[in-house]
Amino acid sequence: MTGGEREEEREEERREERPAGPRGPRGLLALLRPRAGAGQIAGGLLCLVLGFAVAAQVQSTKHDTTFATARQDELVGVLADLGQRSERLRADLRDLEDTKAQLERDAEGGTALEDARERATTYGLLAGTLPAEGPGIELLIGDPGHGVKAIDLLDALQELRDAGAEVVQVNDVRVGVDTYFLDGRNGVQADGESLSAPYRFLAIGDAHTMTTALNIPGGLVRTLRGAGATVLITPRAKVTIGAVRSP
Amino acid sequence: MIALIGLVIGVALGFMLQPDVPLWLEPYLPIAIVAALDAMVGGVRARLEGIFDEKVFVVSFVGNTVIAALIVFLGDQLGVGSQLSTGVVVVLGIRIFSNVAGIRRKLFGA
Repeated sequence: MTGGEREEEREEERREERPAGPRGPRGLLALLRPRAGAGQIAGGLLCLVLGFAVAAQVQSTKHDTTFATARQDELVGVLADLGQRSERLRADLRDLEDTKAQLERDAEGGTALEDARERATTYGLLAGTLPAEGPGIELLIGDPGHGVKAIDLLDALQELRDAGAEVVQVNDVRVGVDTYFLDGRNGVQADGESLSAPYRFLAIGDAHTMTTALNIPGGLVRTLRGAGATVLITPRAKVTIGAVRSP
Repeated sequence: MIALIGLVIGVALGFMLQPDVPLWLEPYLPIAIVAALDAMVGGVRARLEGIFDEKVFVVSFVGNTVIAALIVFLGDQLGVGSQLSTGVVVVLGIRIFSNVAGIRRKLFGA
């Protein structure tokens, strides 16, 4: 029980003994009249301490509001985040410094040339102008009922891209950033070329991630099977993508 | 009157000296202040109702602040510090409101 409640209890006890205090503005005036006494002084001192504490608290809240109110576990999280980031940045810095040192070392520009070639290869793979090879999956969509539309193939492609497929080929068409699917008179067209069932997607990337992404409940495989198609996913240690796009 | 003067002097001193709140006191000071405010408002109400008693005021003031800080401290030890301090603030806030309502009834008769 707190002191204030005790006060209220006493209030009940004394109601009979004492008359009610003065009402209205006169009460306020009576309240302001100074009365000396040990108790009064003690009350004044307490109020002084209270005022001091309020001012101190207000000042300290004004100083730093971002982290002062955060709890310990939040602060630990922030600190861990910062640590990770600085670690990553430091690694980046080391890499760049290595590259810089190499570039400075060979004056003929051998390293620079190698660097540029490497980058050209990467961009060629991404743009689809170079053949590629690597671990991935083969996704075979059989379409006995002619129920597979362009939108389904686009869904399949997007699902593969989301799951981290780096290089994708559909039948004989190498997929690029601007690849489109179109419902034509004789089946689906991709980038202007007619595709015929079964549609065979070859994708290079993490086989496990892509398989999981395709198989999620209510996902692509379920939708395609609902449309009457057969779906077969085969992870491969080596997928060879030979089709290229003209630059 | 003396209390009011004390309050004013305290605020003035605080703003002039700009003291740093010690780290160990930081979580408990705000709660203690709210508790002290509650005691102060309760004291004013008691005074208006003519039942003010210095001893009760001093005891309730000190008791309120210490108990409020103690509850928060205990909460921190138990791992529910933030929830418990919210609870204490809510309870004290309700008490402050009811005390202020009492003061208002005495002063304005409404």
